[in-house]
Amino acid sequence: MAENNNELSYKLVPSTCVYCGTGCGVLLEVTGNRLSGTLPQKDHPVSRGALCIKGWSVHEFVHSPRRLARPMIRKDGELVETDWETALQAVATGLAGARDEHGPDSVGFFASARCSNEENYLLQKLARAAVGTNNVDHCARL
Amino acid sequence: MTNSIGELEDAEAILVVGSNTTEQHPIIGEKILAAVRKGARLVVIDPRSIHLSEFAEVFLRPRPGTEVAYLNGLINAIVSEGLEDVEFIAARTEGFEELKKSVAEYTPQKVEEISGVPAEDLEAAARIYAGAGSASIVYCMGITQHSTGTDNVLSLANLAMLTGNIGRPGTGVNPLRGQNNVQGACDLGGLPNVYTGYQKVADEDVARKFEEAWGVEGLSRQPGLTITEMTDKASEGELHALFIMGENPMVSDPDINHVREALQKLDFLAVVDIMENETMEFAHVVLPAASFAEKDGTITNTERRVQRIRKAIEPVGEAKADWEIIALLGSKMGASGFDFASPQEIFEEIRRVTPSYAGITYERLGTQGLQWPCPAEDHPGTPILHMESFPIGRGRFTPCEFREPAETPDAEYPLVLTTGRLLFHYHTGTMTRRSPSLVREIDRAFVEVNPADASELGIRDGEAVKVSSRRGSVEVNAKVTEKVGKGIIFMPFHFAEAAANTLTNSALDPVSKIPELKVCAASIEKL
Ligand code: SF4
Repeated sequence: MAENNNELSYKLVPSTCVYCGTGCGVLLEVTGNRLSGTLPQKDHPVSRGALCIKGWSVHEFVHSPRRLARPMIRKDGELVETDWETALQAVATGLAGARDEHGPDSVGFFASARCSNEENYLLQKLARAAVGTNNVDHCARL
Repeated sequence: MTNSIGELEDAEAILVVGSNTTEQHPIIGEKILAAVRKGARLVVIDPRSIHLSEFAEVFLRPRPGTEVAYLNGLINAIVSEGLEDVEFIAARTEGFEELKKSVAEYTPQKVEEISGVPAEDLEAAARIYAGAGSASIVYCMGITQHSTGTDNVLSLANLAMLTGNIGRPGTGVNPLRGQNNVQGACDLGGLPNVYTGYQKVADEDVARKFEEAWGVEGLSRQPGLTITEMTDKASEGELHALFIMGENPMVSDPDINHVREALQKLDFLAVVDIMENETMEFAHVVLPAASFAEKDGTITNTERRVQRIRKAIEPVGEAKADWEIIALLGSKMGASGFDFASPQEIFEEIRRVTPSYAGITYERLGTQGLQWPCPAEDHPGTPILHMESFPIGRGRFTPCEFREPAETPDAEYPLVLTTGRLLFHYHTGTMTRRSPSLVREIDRAFVEVNPADASELGIRDGEAVKVSSRRGSVEVNAKVTEKVGKGIIFMPFHFAEAAANTLTNSALDPVSKIPELKVCAASIEKL
């Protein structure tokens, strides 16, 4: 591991700022397996080497202590950590249970304007093809 | 946006309405300021003084909720001075005579009575917009988050078609999308009435196409519920299970007390997020998601540019990308068609079912992206829409009548509350409020009050006050400022501990179903 070598790897990864719909081009600075900074992408067609204060600090929330790190399930009123297998099974059972008992339109999905195109696509496919409802929306209106 | 962001710099005139661009879309705001430096004439319409209004040749400050009235007034002034684009109207539009008739009563004098905008300022704005060789309209939630949101947008389209400001560089009707991938979430079918590329769920041919592509039978032809409708159904006990990915309705949605009651009633709630949030309190299962830096994918910006995000680091803890979570869940539920090994594989399926994305590949996107519609792999993408014609052939003028907002001030709630965002924060603050550089700038809610109202109520700058509406109340500090007009108060909605959305009204636009977050009746008292 680079971390143990005293030789931290450093690289720049081109990406897109996620703090508004302008979509400025960023270069994420990666030191080891941590984000260490954000730089503007000079040849980007929209931002042409500029970023606003949110863009310059877009890496900061990623290593926040408030990040969720493990799946959780409610037991006796409290959310407690669990493993992925148990958590996913509980979700599948929760959604399928409502569908089987009350019909597909008793289930709803909130997609997200903060997730990728691929993720939004897959969530609406899950709602429509796997559960059988068009109850899928996101916060475009909010 | 019908046009591209870069074109703004070369527009001869720009009309900014209901968008605090330098705070919400700073880099687009910068393009507008660059245009002004190059000599563009700027008109700003906003109930609050904003940074851009200092650079405007004409600044109109209407009462919130009177958009249709003043936009009809602009059309009235343009037509009565003969400034409309006769050729464009004849060649590309229909319904002009009806429009003309419908705006006849919206004289600048009458609009002044309704909106408080001085008649001569409205006329000056009309001359700047209609007189320019190329004029661009830039708008945001100040136009859409109203119970008349659809009419407001249609009125802007009327204005652009009337003056031939569509289909050429530096023109267009340009909504700025707030969150980074609102455009993409809409394009990819994250809406109750359409599949990807706005293909309607109620259309039999479309439904068959998706049944075949997905290898399933009996897809529902019945449009589903919007977020606010799902909340209502949950509180009525008709929606039993809810899956929330990357949303925090306990801060972002109107009338939070109602949202809480709805979430508590659910038999099952799953929340997938990158960060602890207020909505988790009601969840039965919480799944940790990878952030944008921990996964590959694409997002689509406000000018329809599809762009890459790239995995830079391994996911934090045991977090998984949302696509992976959904894929695992699909398989767990026994569905086929969810065994994807990468976002690129999902994108390949998207291309096959979405004509406007068909020509886009990960390889082509590179670090520059591509603007849809891009129907084929040799298509260069589309920076400007509607150059030759509209999707429906001729552009149709739609007459709109002014209606008052769902809630207007009265004796008990004498003020108009409007809400918005700040430069330093993003939506419900789950990310920006964990960012030291941004929290250093501001990390507290406030309410802006006009000095005249403040002195009537005996409120001094910085004092703690209670702001109330029919739905609840919050305590915040007052900022006494000329930024808001008399009778108007403003609150940012990012701050969960003094959530502006405790107060807002969930009254909906009948067509777009957008809630009226920009106007409700409120009162304020000293604590
Ligand atoms: S850098 Fe600023 S303007 Fe650009 S996308 Fe990020 S938040 Fe938006």
